[in-house]
Amino acid sequence: MFARTSALVFLPQCGQVRNMATLKDITIRLKSIKNIQKITKSMKMVAAAKYARAERQLKPARVYGNGAGALYEKAEIKAPEGVANKHLLIGVSSDRGLCGAVHSNVAKAIKAKIANLTGEGKEVMVVNVGDKLRNILQRTHGSYLLLSCKEVGRKPPTFTDASIVATELLNMGYEFDQGAVIYNRFRSVISYKTDEKPIFSIDTVANSENMGIYDDIDADVLRNYQEFALVNTIYFGLKESTTSEQSARMTAMDSASKNASEMIDKLTLTFNRTRQAVITKELIEIISGAAALT
Amino acid sequence: MMAARFLRRSLPVLRQARCYADAPSGSAQMSFTFASPTQVYFKEASVKQVDVPTLTGAFGILPAHVPTLQVLRPGVVTVFNDDGSATKFFVSSGSITVNADSSVQLLAEEAFPLDQLDVAAAKANLEKAQSEMVSASDEAARAEVQINIDANEAIVKALE
Repeated sequence: MFARTSALVFLPQCGQVRNMATLKDITIRLKSIKNIQKITKSMKMVAAAKYARAERQLKPARVYGNGAGALYEKAEIKAPEGVANKHLLIGVSSDRGLCGAVHSNVAKAIKAKIANLTGEGKEVMVVNVGDKLRNILQRTHGSYLLLSCKEVGRKPPTFTDASIVATELLNMGYEFDQGAVIYNRFRSVISYKTDEKPIFSIDTVANSENMGIYDDIDADVLRNYQEFALVNTIYFGLKESTTSEQSARMTAMDSASKNASEMIDKLTLTFNRTRQAVITKELIEIISGAAALT
Repeated sequence: MMAARFLRRSLPVLRQARCYADAPSGSAQMSFTFASPTQVYFKEASVKQVDVPTLTGAFGILPAHVPTLQVLRPGVVTVFNDDGSATKFFVSSGSITVNADSSVQLLAEEAFPLDQLDVAAAKANLEKAQSEMVSASDEAARAEVQINIDANEAIVKALE
């Protein structure tokens, strides 16, 4: 008795038994992919609008940022070679995903630089602006993280945001000699490149060789100037980064929508074929049933 | 014979004329960049003179000014264009860099042409700030109110 019931329940399936997808399964899949396509299309529109605004704001920000870096270029300021310098890397990214390789590019650049600098025996710390960057770096390079900033990417970045980051960074008290802001430089709608802009500490600038030609500078003025320059560089990085991120998200959502429509086309064909097969089967059953009767 | 041929070939050598020292070379014009984070007013433009208010005092910058770095205080920046006209802007703070090649970068945290500012609103803000000064408790708050007062005073002075 018991053996019989258990034999009924347990049906060993040897080998793969594939049921043909029923019409219902295909309908469910089709509906969900169509929803996904609607979502990605609307995300693309939103990203396009945000990108247009970000690019408009980028134009003056670029002039501003280049002006801020002009001193470093023209005076050719560099930290003394060979000395064990303390480095500071500021990685600029954002909190939100679905934007292609934006975050991982910055993280890769930071990791490469950390490997370089620790190989040369220099001390390095990282400040990251944007949660996604923190997630990527925390697993392997958590010990290098000095400061992490959240709530980046929802609204367009302002000068105030950059000054908050700079204030917190300076309050942390890490005496760095030189460093870089690592960001994604916007080249065009379909391309961006990871780039860096140098930052220096007050002492490095003051002791640099070409500073002698600059007249009438005292420590206070230099400190104010340097802090302002730091904020400007961070602001520039933020602006470029946002523009790159929005354009990357636009491209990513665009290709997602295209993929979704391809899948919809294929599934619609399968759906029609299945529907016709079902109808044919029913017809055959009816006809053979009728033939059996007569 | 060979020597003569060589001599002839090498003859058209520029004869360096000796004269008085040259005037300082480099641009007789300055490449002036004036921008705030949201707006660019001048980008590598050529202007005659720029007057700036700095922490150490106001000074005017002409082309071939000695290189310097300065920090701005709230006040009026006057730009004298090549054609003689002058435009005034109010800046809240920022920095100015004069480089050796006569390029000037004036980066202001906030900058507006004077006609965009309202003197009545500035006076009202100034009074409010002055009353806040009395009630300000700690150093940081007092510093902030002082900045507020300085900026508003400068605006009122500029517009009158």
